[in-house]
Amino acid sequence: MIYNIPYFAVAALILIGLYAVVFKRNLIKIVIGITLIESGVNLFLITLGFRENSVAPIHTAGTTEKTLMSLPVPQALTLTSIVIGVAVLALMLSLVIHIYRHYGTLDVRKIKEVDE
Amino acid sequence: MDFLATLVNHSPALIIAVPLLGAFLTPLIGKINGKVRNVFVILVVACTSFLIALLAYNVFTNGALSADAVTNNIQTYVFGAKDIGTPAVRIAFEVDAMNAFMALIAAILPLAAVVYSWAFMKDETGQDKYYTLILLMTAGMLGMMLTGDMFNFFVFLEITSIATAALIAFRIDQKYSVQAAFKYIVISSIGALFVLFAVALFYGQYNALNMAVIGDSIKYTMLDKIALVLLIASLALKTGIAPMHMWLPEAYGRAPSSVTVVIIGTTLGSLYAMFRMIFTVYGKHIWDLGKTMALQLPQLLGILLVALAILTIILGVFMALKQSDLKKMIGFAAVAEIGYMLLAVGSAIATISLNESGVTVMTSAGQMALKGGIFHVLNDALDVGLLFLVAGAVYFAAKETSLNKLGGLARNMKYTTVFFLIGLFAVSGLPPLNGFASKLMIYESTYAINPILSIAAILCSILLLATFVKVFHSVFLGPKIPKFSNVKEVPKSMLIGMAIIAVIIIFIGLFPNLIVENIVKPASEALMNYGLYLGGI
Repeated sequence: MIYNIPYFAVAALILIGLYAVVFKRNLIKIVIGITLIESGVNLFLITLGFRENSVAPIHTAGTTEKTLMSLPVPQALTLTSIVIGVAVLALMLSLVIHIYRHYGTLDVRKIKEVDE
Repeated sequence: MDFLATLVNHSPALIIAVPLLGAFLTPLIGKINGKVRNVFVILVVACTSFLIALLAYNVFTNGALSADAVTNNIQTYVFGAKDIGTPAVRIAFEVDAMNAFMALIAAILPLAAVVYSWAFMKDETGQDKYYTLILLMTAGMLGMMLTGDMFNFFVFLEITSIATAALIAFRIDQKYSVQAAFKYIVISSIGALFVLFAVALFYGQYNALNMAVIGDSIKYTMLDKIALVLLIASLALKTGIAPMHMWLPEAYGRAPSSVTVVIIGTTLGSLYAMFRMIFTVYGKHIWDLGKTMALQLPQLLGILLVALAILTIILGVFMALKQSDLKKMIGFAAVAEIGYMLLAVGSAIATISLNESGVTVMTSAGQMALKGGIFHVLNDALDVGLLFLVAGAVYFAAKETSLNKLGGLARNMKYTTVFFLIGLFAVSGLPPLNGFASKLMIYESTYAINPILSIAAILCSILLLATFVKVFHSVFLGPKIPKFSNVKEVPKSMLIGMAIIAVIIIFIGLFPNLIVENIVKPASEALMNYGLYLGGI
């Protein structure tokens, strides 16, 4: 049971994120929703790679004893995904700034009113 | 070993590396001179297109240029990594006929776009960044089309979305472009994150990221079903299939026209990925009905895709009818065109069934539909691309895209008018242009599967023709409007950009059999014989 807690956290993060993206009117909150989904997915990836009592997969000269090592691939994937996420976040926020400059508001409904 | 064979052997890596390096060299070269930079960018893209042509030729001929790189029409590139068995940790590019077919599309579109941009972007500021992003987008798009690794696919998907969103907002002083860019980045980053979630589901079960390895060991557990739903939904979102299409006309319409042409390529890259997931990664469960008879996955999936496709076609066409903005109208037409491909491929999947001797087969009508659908991917990219370039030319010359205000442009812009006519006839499926060839295949095969489908498809195609005739009339014909009396024909580079695509459209229209036999048929066979792809790694 205790090992399943991260998966519940993943589900919660993704669902809260989706809720924010779909129902929130404020553009900044939509952006936060996307970062929440991203954190959920990253947490999922990193949880998959977890092995109890395992060590980092670094071979040192002279060791002969067998130790449990965790595969570094999920960590590498998560790291890549975080870096991409930062780039997307920066781009989204800069677009939000420009939308604010054009419309003077971040409320989706008010932006629609201005357009009509 | 001779130079050409080495070049072909390493072409999958070079196809990504050349535009990627070119992208980051562009701002440096831009410091010298604008013209030098433009020539450099065109050279980079032309070089990439040449490499794609070499790779595609080698794959389609099963090793005419470099025999040892290709087996069973599949060229695999592992970046020098050794095979250590399980876990399969190598990143591999696996290029079969379907990948090569998509890459050929991606070879044509950016070339036309950068040639067109020379004059189209002449008076804009920030051209260094513009060309950098275009090359990044090209690299990402090609990566999506060539990679054989799920996580790699996600990375390229994100590279493409970031570059695309920045380019949609290129005219940052116009509020609509910023808004369209924000919509696009929200939609595509959510789509990409759910692709990543599906990748994680695969990784957790099979300890692999390679599409071929996953496809080989897939068990169709509950988690795989979730992953299938996530993959289809998120890639449909990125492809702009109704009811998730609302970002697409906005993004296509608000981006500069030269960018839109490349965005079409990235959209089709997502569509290709959807086909790859269904036919190859889930291939075992699509094709092995005999063992999992109770699932009936192909029928279920096929009917779902066909329903979405019909919805997409009808929505796209009817929304196109009521638009008053030229570029947005073409955007909705592009939505409808994607519906045609999905209709053909969906109905092809639905025909997969057991024959008398207990072997799973796709009926001959289904195979025809699959070929038609794949052929239409190429034709749609060219037709819609040409229309967008013409719309850009109209905007360039008249500084106006509203259909209510434009008029009488044919007097001053005769070449542009001809190109628009070619695009119009091609996109609405009139002979002898390429749209007719692929749409006829779709009509014929879907009629054999279910007549209602082909009736809906033909009706919508006629409506599309009506829409475009209306547009042609209101933009190019009609009385002289004093405001546009000084409009001049667009500069040569834009005409060349449009001519590149128009010539290919006419060529395919005149010799459709040549293309179908040599390129489309191998591509559809590559999708059907999933075992070859799985064995390629």
